[in-house]
Amino acid sequence: MNSRELTFTERLYIIEVFKGLWLTSRHFFSNMKRHLARQLGLNRVERGAVTFQYPEERRPFSPRYRSRHRLTKREDGSPRCVACMMCETACPAHCIYIVAGEHPDPHIEKFPIRFDIDLGVCLFCGFCVEACPEDAIRMDTGIVEIAAYSRKEMIYRIEDLLQ
Amino acid sequence: MMTSLTIEVGKVLLVLIGVLNLAAVLTWMERKQSAVMQDRIGANRASILGFRAFGLFQVLADSIKMFAKEDFVPPMGNRFLHTLAPFVSAFFALIGFAAIPFGNVIHLFGRDITLQVIDLNVGILYIFAAMSLGIYGVVLAGWSSNNNYAFLGGMRGSSQMFSYEITIGATILGVLMIFESMSLQTIVQAQGELLWGVIPKWGVVVQPIGCLLFLVAGIAETKRVPFDLPEGESEIIGYFVEYSSMKFGLFMLTDFVETILIAALVTTLFFGGWQIPYLTADGFHFPGGFTLSLSEVAVCLLQVLSCCTKVFFFCWFLLLVRWTLPRFRYDQLMRLGWKMVFPMSILNLLATSLVILLLQ
Repeated sequence: MNSRELTFTERLYIIEVFKGLWLTSRHFFSNMKRHLARQLGLNRVERGAVTFQYPEERRPFSPRYRSRHRLTKREDGSPRCVACMMCETACPAHCIYIVAGEHPDPHIEKFPIRFDIDLGVCLFCGFCVEACPEDAIRMDTGIVEIAAYSRKEMIYRIEDLLQ
Repeated sequence: MMTSLTIEVGKVLLVLIGVLNLAAVLTWMERKQSAVMQDRIGANRASILGFRAFGLFQVLADSIKMFAKEDFVPPMGNRFLHTLAPFVSAFFALIGFAAIPFGNVIHLFGRDITLQVIDLNVGILYIFAAMSLGIYGVVLAGWSSNNNYAFLGGMRGSSQMFSYEITIGATILGVLMIFESMSLQTIVQAQGELLWGVIPKWGVVVQPIGCLLFLVAGIAETKRVPFDLPEGESEIIGYFVEYSSMKFGLFMLTDFVETILIAALVTTLFFGGWQIPYLTADGFHFPGGFTLSLSEVAVCLLQVLSCCTKVFFFCWFLLLVRWTLPRFRYDQLMRLGWKMVFPMSILNLLATSLVILLLQ
């Protein structure tokens, strides 16, 4: 216990009650003023609330924000991924599953036949992005509404991730 | 005979429909006001054909939801008392309004109509009797649910309401001594007088401490935050934990109706009821000698409007209090009631009687 001793006026409580009412009513009236000004078209800049009206209005994300993964493409449209398994190894949740295949281009050693991310298991740590030597996987899509009716639908395949 | 009966029924319906609608609006207001106070927007999604009306349809959506829900009675509970309790609660909260005057006596179609459902000469006692009987709803709900939490909530509710009703009784004694009447219409008419020709003789002017204590005890009487121990949403859910559908809706409605009742009582006893300062039967008479004559109907309408505005303001104020203060612990609640508010109301009573004695 190291709480501060209350002063006499604080122990009386009634003065503190009025201070609290003053604070909340000040918020009420200043916000009401802004709401009214907005409704009447007098002031479109100031808002009466700090919240975002989600489906219509979206909060801008920071550029560093980690959202759903995507696989980057080469100029010819094929995935940049060389199936080196670095992301699969780095993943703490083991939610990435890669099957490598032989690439016809001799300069590229391998390419992924399968690249699955189980987003139901993924914890969005970003280690896969850090681990990738080819800049082939990024988490900058800005998609955060990842929901499905079954666990199976939560597994995203290479076709989904390339879009 | 028929005409007077029609007038009486008309007044009853006017008050009943007015109060119930205001209670419905208060559920909307509570959401929106708390949101605005906390820099949010509040419920605004319920819409009819894409028309939202600032979330007013939420009230409609809520009531439809409540009517559509299963009406559940706990297996070992007492079915009769379990059904009776919400009705007892709502009934005794509603009948209190019968004695609240919302306007002066007007002369219409050759008869005197009192703008009050019934002008009882013991109006204030009648209201407090109704409020006290409202406790039965809480206790019955807690007891008939066969649930320890509900029972605890009911016990808490009854002891809290008993404790604070004593305070309410002691605070209004001061008002009764000053205005020398128990009829609310007479009390309001007496508040139209002026002190030293300038200040209106409202209850709050002659009984400021009484007004404050009455507000505290009144908020405790409505069983809402900061005195929501009977409900105790975070610990016991309270006396209506076993209630669902519109039976629960009635308890919720009772809370809001009681809020309106306290607002109406504060208005009537301490803020001049339907009185407007300097407005008499034939118009405004300001202290500077300036007068503005008005017709009788206009004066009457202004007075009814003034009463409604004051009641609405106090509903707003009670919601403001509800969304500002943190709740008390149970021992703090009892200590506040018995060791602070009650002795202060007794002291206020003694001081008032001393002043009245000295002024005679």
